[in-house]
Amino acid sequence: MGEMMLQAGTLWTREITRFVRQRSRLFGALLQPLVFWALLGAGLNGSFRPSGMPAAMSYAQYFYPGVIVLVLLFTAIFATISTVEDRKQGFLQGVLVAPISRPTVVLGQALGGTTLALIQGIIFLVLAPLAGIHLSIAAIIAASLMMVVIAFALTSIGLVIAWRIESTQGFHAIMNLILIPIWLLSGAFFPLSGAPRWLAWTMRLNPLTYAMAALRRGLYLAEPNAIGSTAPILSSVAIAIAFALFAFLLATRVARRASAT
Amino acid sequence: MGGSAILSSAAAAAPAAAAAGLAVECTALGFRYAERDALRDVTFVIGRGEIFGFLGPNGGGKTTLFKILSTLVPMQSGTARILGRDLRGDTIAVRRALGVVFQRPSLDAKLTVAENLRHHGHLYGITGRRLKDRATAMLKRLALDDRADDLVETLSGGLQRRVELAKALLHEPQLLLLDEPSTGLDPAARREFSNYLAHLRESEGVTIVLTTHYMEEAERCDRIGILHEGALAAIDRPTTLKAEVGGDVVAIQCAAPEVLERKMQQRFKVKGQIVGGVIRVERPRGHEFVRDVVDVFGSEIESVTFGKPTLEDVFVHLTGHQFFADAKGAAERD
Repeated sequence: MGEMMLQAGTLWTREITRFVRQRSRLFGALLQPLVFWALLGAGLNGSFRPSGMPAAMSYAQYFYPGVIVLVLLFTAIFATISTVEDRKQGFLQGVLVAPISRPTVVLGQALGGTTLALIQGIIFLVLAPLAGIHLSIAAIIAASLMMVVIAFALTSIGLVIAWRIESTQGFHAIMNLILIPIWLLSGAFFPLSGAPRWLAWTMRLNPLTYAMAALRRGLYLAEPNAIGSTAPILSSVAIAIAFALFAFLLATRVARRASAT
Repeated sequence: MGGSAILSSAAAAAPAAAAAGLAVECTALGFRYAERDALRDVTFVIGRGEIFGFLGPNGGGKTTLFKILSTLVPMQSGTARILGRDLRGDTIAVRRALGVVFQRPSLDAKLTVAENLRHHGHLYGITGRRLKDRATAMLKRLALDDRADDLVETLSGGLQRRVELAKALLHEPQLLLLDEPSTGLDPAARREFSNYLAHLRESEGVTIVLTTHYMEEAERCDRIGILHEGALAAIDRPTTLKAEVGGDVVAIQCAAPEVLERKMQQRFKVKGQIVGGVIRVERPRGHEFVRDVVDVFGSEIESVTFGKPTLEDVFVHLTGHQFFADAKGAAERD
């Protein structure tokens, strides 16, 4: 157990060290959603009011937790791209012949990605007052805890993909085909209640919808009425955690089967 | 094939170094990729403290064998024991005792030399004082101590290879496994590297197993195994293998090798092999044969060379194929 933590810990440390040395990654993962939010939030604020959204809430407020999840998603994607690069550039070979189990390798990678995503998510939270969103300490803590779960889940999904594919080009295709739609259909962009029936069902089947709902509730802890019709908090949190664990176990399984070449 | 006799005699004769026990024992190893056999029925033993090389052209099965021994790919068929432990059942214990140097770099170029070594130590459960001491000792021994805080990407190719070696030796492995260690090194660096391996075996008794397609690197091994099309064609000392080739090797280049070879058979009662458009004849007292053949067929011959057999001749003798048949140009560029 101690050795396992040492091994996962060293992979985690490496992930952080690399990140700190590549500033462009920090800006990329943070600026893009910020621009998204500023443009879309401001632009849609006046003209766009999805049905089912509570009256007390502006669109920018509604969109805010969605953008946080987008920040987490981008960082998780960057972290998993580095897994593909590790394999391509050879670093992973050395890890795979070391006395370390594959699940431990995946744990180190997932924790690294989660930490990076969390740091950026928290930076984003801190910026909230600039957008006229005032958060209580309790809300920041609740939201941060949910961000850990979501970041871990998204990084794990990224790792499932990263351990299966050969090139980063393949990763981009999968990202646009799977990860972005999962985000779009999580209630990040528009609420479930106003969507057509088939879309609403797709959203209900999307595990990220519940993670999104839990984050939304955590963020607007003080004003539960402003949330609108999302799933109840306890079941949302439970589903989000189950989702994260499932994604992680799936990643360890894929990694165990992956050949090392 | 002529190799089978060599193979059985070598397998029976236990190498001198094996007295201390066996480092590697493989029986009937097989490995299949989707549509082709990469290894077929490969059986051999390597004694502790030996420097052993697998020689063969690219595609001969060396890299697959390396991947199996280094635990990079799971075994498919056969049995393998490394340092007395079962490779399949006791993989983690085997990994602890192995030091692996890959053909491709395995360092993180964005980290410093010292950081690379530290992460490697942690993966092998080494921490604190011991890690520090080992890292310092390895850097010193490979003359890297003033580069410890340099980013790996700023080092030259030769220096990076040295860091790879420092990394592979950090956890004091009993068996060092190297895949084409000379690739990308100039001849001087190659010799230096191979001297260091010899020194390592002398001073610490580390067993060294490497793959190579360089004859001169294979020459420096205690024993070599020749891999051809996924099978072991021979396994023995380089000098013994070369002695198996009958006498001298005469190579005759001419416009019509088939015709000339037939004529030679009739005139001199010798059988030649035609390999890559060249007639090869193995003869004791090769110089006399050269004289005779030029006397009789001089007008048909473009050039004749003769010499003591090299490992390349051993390969041709055993397999009837050119060593660099497909990639002669590439091999010469190396």
